Amino acid sequence: MKKQKNKLAGLQKRKAVSGYLFVAPFIIGFLLFMVRPLVHSLYMSFSEVELGAGNFVSHFRGIFNYNNAFRVDPDFNRLLTEEISRMAVNSLAIMVFSFFVALILNQKFKGRALVRAVFFLPVILSSGVMLGLETDNSLMANLQTSVETAAQGVNITDALKEILRTAGVGVRAYEKVFEVIDNIYDVAISSGIQIIIFLSGLQTISSSMYEAADIEGCTKWESLWKITFPMVSSLFLVNWIYTIVDFCMRSDNAVIEKIQNTMMKNMNYGFASAMSWVYFLIVIAIVGVTSLIISRRVYYYE
Amino acid sequence: MSKVKAKKYTNFWERNRKSGGYLMRRTMMGYGVSICRFILLFGMCFLILQPILNKISVSFMSEADLYDPVVISIPLHFTTENYWLAAKIMSYGKSLFNSFTISLTIAILQIAMCTLVGYGFARFKFPFKNFWFACVILVILIPPQTISTSLYLNFRFFDIFGLVEAATGSAINLRGSVIPYYLLSATCMGLKNGLYIYMIRQFFRNIPKELEEAAYVDGCGTLKTFFRIMLPDAKPIITSCFLFAFVWQWTDSFYSNMFLGSTKLLSTELYRVVDNLGVYINRELGNAGGQGMVSVAYSNCILSTGVLMIIIPLIILYLFAQKGFVESLSSSGIKM
Repeated sequence: MKKQKNKLAGLQKRKAVSGYLFVAPFIIGFLLFMVRPLVHSLYMSFSEVELGAGNFVSHFRGIFNYNNAFRVDPDFNRLLTEEISRMAVNSLAIMVFSFFVALILNQKFKGRALVRAVFFLPVILSSGVMLGLETDNSLMANLQTSVETAAQGVNITDALKEILRTAGVGVRAYEKVFEVIDNIYDVAISSGIQIIIFLSGLQTISSSMYEAADIEGCTKWESLWKITFPMVSSLFLVNWIYTIVDFCMRSDNAVIEKIQNTMMKNMNYGFASAMSWVYFLIVIAIVGVTSLIISRRVYYYE
Repeated sequence: MSKVKAKKYTNFWERNRKSGGYLMRRTMMGYGVSICRFILLFGMCFLILQPILNKISVSFMSEADLYDPVVISIPLHFTTENYWLAAKIMSYGKSLFNSFTISLTIAILQIAMCTLVGYGFARFKFPFKNFWFACVILVILIPPQTISTSLYLNFRFFDIFGLVEAATGSAINLRGSVIPYYLLSATCMGLKNGLYIYMIRQFFRNIPKELEEAAYVDGCGTLKTFFRIMLPDAKPIITSCFLFAFVWQWTDSFYSNMFLGSTKLLSTELYRVVDNLGVYINRELGNAGGQGMVSVAYSNCILSTGVLMIIIPLIILYLFAQKGFVESLSSSGIKM
């Protein structure tokens, strides 16, 4: 009897040990390559950094840099609020769009493989070097405008906008929606990863569940809300976090651009670090609060 | 008897009448849905493809076509010269090979490690688990640009807690070699690795526990359960993570510039293609005794060609990997 009890306690311990073994690579990496740079940049944000010959010299200046960011610099506050409000609208649009597209792509139809391949393209186009090259390619911009002028006669959005504006109800909400529609290319380009994550989640739902629901008299609409939604709800959380992070950290974000410029061009490392710390704390707060709200509704198969 | 009955209603309209109009309604609905779907998908695909189509048409134009206001999307003087020039400037063959080997090894290493860590976070209880997971989130949130300078210094004078310096007298200079990047990848600190950990963890949490318990009861060890039971089920998410890792490594310029500066990669070559074009043209013309400047339009044309050439291998890879997405849990025996 006694042996049995010991064994049980040992099992828990063994599981904890193997858990640590599984996670060990991350812990080692975090301690070796993350902690020091982080502490370093935090320290830089509180000091004034001078670039000497091949090395840094830093003087501790307290909250001087933070004060600078909030009260002296003319752009920082404005950029911050602008980017964050843009993020809220865009992230919602991206989530809805990608879930919708994933639902469609999960159905059976002719040429599905081709369409999926097309929707994979944004993953490539919105990454790494492509992003920077895309924006300053003036030849492409010229082509784009010539195509747009050719198609100007058939601008459906503008016509719809006119109609809705004369109706005059909830103009501001419409404006936001139209803003998203006008930027639909941006939304589509930045939702490639989300679509794939949703697709991989949708594919793990076994079809027998839908069959059972169908036999019980569930309509398609009901099974969407009662089966599909709970089963992929954990991926909603993933995608939400990813969307926010991707939006805030991509290199064409105005705040990141400002930080980069301060760091690379003006060589003002202290000020740049201070701004980036403020920015990260805000982003972390947003991610934390929203994901807490979402994770309450997430259903885990446990 | 039943055979006769089935034959009786083969005509569509007859069957429709027998079902009280239900069949008709259902078929119409089916057609309606597919037409709507076609329009939607066509529009969205066009939206995504249009810039690429533009690039394709430009890449086949000769230089004279670029300035011709009449030529918009169909080249007047069809030429493949742009491709040869871009390939020459980017030293395509060599950098393709380098990019391929490095992206493949890095992606495999990163995903293998992230799968282990993600599984550990999803399925084991251990002290300080939440703290470590918060660290994962932190890693996702911190853009690599902010810590690049310190990371650079870290690898310039690489040392593990002062052990190496104590042994040999000086720290190792790891810069300019591939080792730092492999080290980062092996410890889940590479490009967007926190994200992979998070995605894989969420996926594992949704796999029923009964599968695992059954394996334990049948005498599987922890590792064996992981490799034989859990890993096959996670195939869709691992395939997609692998694709992301590969693609992002393929197009990444930040880490490549920082760690792999001396190796010729497609992404870094593409980054420099405009400058290199100027150098190349000047050198060619310089031999003939003249001075030449590359026009903006022409350099952009070469740039578009380069972008196409960097994308094509990725699309081919995607078509192969696509099969992995279609795997599903329904084959595992336990119904979710």
